[in-house]
Amino acid sequence: MMDHDALLSPFERMLETVAAPAAVRAVEAGGDTDAMWDAVAGSGFLDALVAEAAGGFGLPVAAVQPLWQALGRHAVPLPVGETMIARALLADAGAPLPDGPVALAVAAPGQTVVVPLGLVARHVLVEQDGRLALVAADGAEATGVACSLAARMRWDRLDGMLPAPAGGLRALAAVLRAALIAGAADRLVAMTAAYANERAQFGKPIGRQQALQQNLAVMAEEAVAARIASQLGCAGAWPPSLAAAATAKSVASRAATRVAATAHAVHGAIGISVEHDLHLFTRRLHEWRLADGSESWWNRQLGAQRLTSGAGSVDYVRAELAAPA
Amino acid sequence: MFDTLTLAALPAEDEALRPAIRALAAEAVAARGDAARARSWAGFDAAFSRRLGEAGFLGLTLPRRYGGGERGPFARFVVVEELLAVGTPVAAHWIADRQSAPLILRFGTEAQRDDYLPRICRGEIFFCIGMSEPGSGSDLASVRTRAERTESGWRVNGQKIWTSNAMHSDYMIALLRTSGTSEDRHGGLSQLIIDLKAPGVTVRPIADLAGDAHFAEVFFEDVDLPADALIGHEGEGWKQVTAELAFERSGPERIYSSVVLLDAWVRHLQAMGREDSATVALVGDFTARLGTLRAMSIACTARLALGESPVVEASLVKDLGTSFEQELPIAIGDDLAAHPDEPVDAELYRTLLYVTHVAPSFSLRGGTREILRGIIARGMGLR
Repeated sequence: MMDHDALLSPFERMLETVAAPAAVRAVEAGGDTDAMWDAVAGSGFLDALVAEAAGGFGLPVAAVQPLWQALGRHAVPLPVGETMIARALLADAGAPLPDGPVALAVAAPGQTVVVPLGLVARHVLVEQDGRLALVAADGAEATGVACSLAARMRWDRLDGMLPAPAGGLRALAAVLRAALIAGAADRLVAMTAAYANERAQFGKPIGRQQALQQNLAVMAEEAVAARIASQLGCAGAWPPSLAAAATAKSVASRAATRVAATAHAVHGAIGISVEHDLHLFTRRLHEWRLADGSESWWNRQLGAQRLTSGAGSVDYVRAELAAPA
Repeated sequence: MFDTLTLAALPAEDEALRPAIRALAAEAVAARGDAARARSWAGFDAAFSRRLGEAGFLGLTLPRRYGGGERGPFARFVVVEELLAVGTPVAAHWIADRQSAPLILRFGTEAQRDDYLPRICRGEIFFCIGMSEPGSGSDLASVRTRAERTESGWRVNGQKIWTSNAMHSDYMIALLRTSGTSEDRHGGLSQLIIDLKAPGVTVRPIADLAGDAHFAEVFFEDVDLPADALIGHEGEGWKQVTAELAFERSGPERIYSSVVLLDAWVRHLQAMGREDSATVALVGDFTARLGTLRAMSIACTARLALGESPVVEASLVKDLGTSFEQELPIAIGDDLAAHPDEPVDAELYRTLLYVTHVAPSFSLRGGTREILRGIIARGMGLR
């Protein structure tokens, strides 16, 4: 297996080139996505999780987690991580791999759901009643939320279905969301610390005010916790265990709102303006927190499982949530 | 930011220590109720510490020639985790094992190492740390207790306060002023090993709000010490003290202080067959955060194992960990009292209130929350 950094650096360089803030804004304004998508697809990373026998890299998800974080750090406005997951699932089932971006959704027949990046997807991999179907992303309806690329979508009963992964598609998507949150949170910590050192009030940079320092320190703690939780989500089996997915998404979702709040508090009014890049990241933190189960949803799943165990708390997390030796 | 803090695994050879230490821990707490177990690193049991020493679990990271286990920080993590997870009374050897022995190894003379380290490893001598004074808390550089050179060594005058376990300890490693005044700040401070049985030392326990007396004030009146009471270099006390902070701030003790209560509450929920969604979500929230904090503590241990001193990262783990430890009794109290018609066992109630009342100390001991956040802010490039 390749060294993780050896994977990350070219991926990150590619994103810096094709997904700079101006390019992200252009896609959010309804612009063309082909150039950005072609660059990502051309890098070969879309098949990072696809088994080697099926022509992919066959990487463990722990090696892909830094790539997902990089997608969050650059607010990439295309479902790149989702497509990686979808292609691996389809390849495992021996199904043909589609061209173009694939979004993920869990929806009962006739139920309308919000699909992140649904407006820029060509296909959606839908889990319905425990089975998967790949469908064209037709009938994507804008949510009416400014700048958002999420879509409201619904499907009647789908046919031609594959078995869903153990634990369900939502757990896989949740682990991806946690990594995206960790990446965007990291970017916001760096942006906010830099701004606090630049912006002067009362004759000195606001970053010298103890009140702000205390808040920024907590913000960094939350961002690091989100990263470690996301790594836990990707450390073990794939598909992830319930405990791994729940921990990743619960901790990251909780961090998302706190990190976004402090980023805005420190930036002041400029951070609310559309010209400033801050919202590219804070809007996504909120959207990802709401996608694929919030902290409370995952806390209930994890709590229910925990209560069936007679183990002490330390033994429980040691068995369920640890990096494999 | 702080990218070096990344998921790490406990090596198999260190995990292999678990069964033996687990058996000793289980034996130590067999007769102790939850409220006693919740005292954990404030619980004093000299016989238990000696048993740990005999079994080779003290001074794990010290070289064999001093009686140590010659293992790394991961081994110590496993042992400490097992001891704290069930609330064993570790106070007797706690400071000697965690801080004093590594300090003596690093800064002591060969004679000092030979004198103290084997006895620490056997669990025969216990240490406390003399830092705070009536006028010096977070601002430690302002300490005024002085040690002056005499013909035969040192003479100490002054007072320490809030010294955990001073009344049960054989020695104190004290941060003292050996030259200059508190105006000189970090300059002129040195560390001395004070034999607490020396004439002129008076130790007076201080009762705490939980009905215990785990800390004390210590008075020094013309206490004469030999020349080799000085540990490390004269005037370098501040540097020596701060060098060890990463060891003291990132361990399992910054995560598990309320874990005996957490387990008692979970057993209560199981006995009551509780399934209400607010409670179940709370259990899940605690589980997710405990698992994440543990991974963060192991990540910090991995930096220590590489020989680094991750002071900022350790501060980050300690602040998050102690916030978690403090939130537990508040949320568990709310959950229990949100079910007023449900019987709560007397031991669970006592444990809840004990942890509730001592929890404020979790973010005081070993560096206050505000000081830690200042360190993190500096690590972020602020100031």
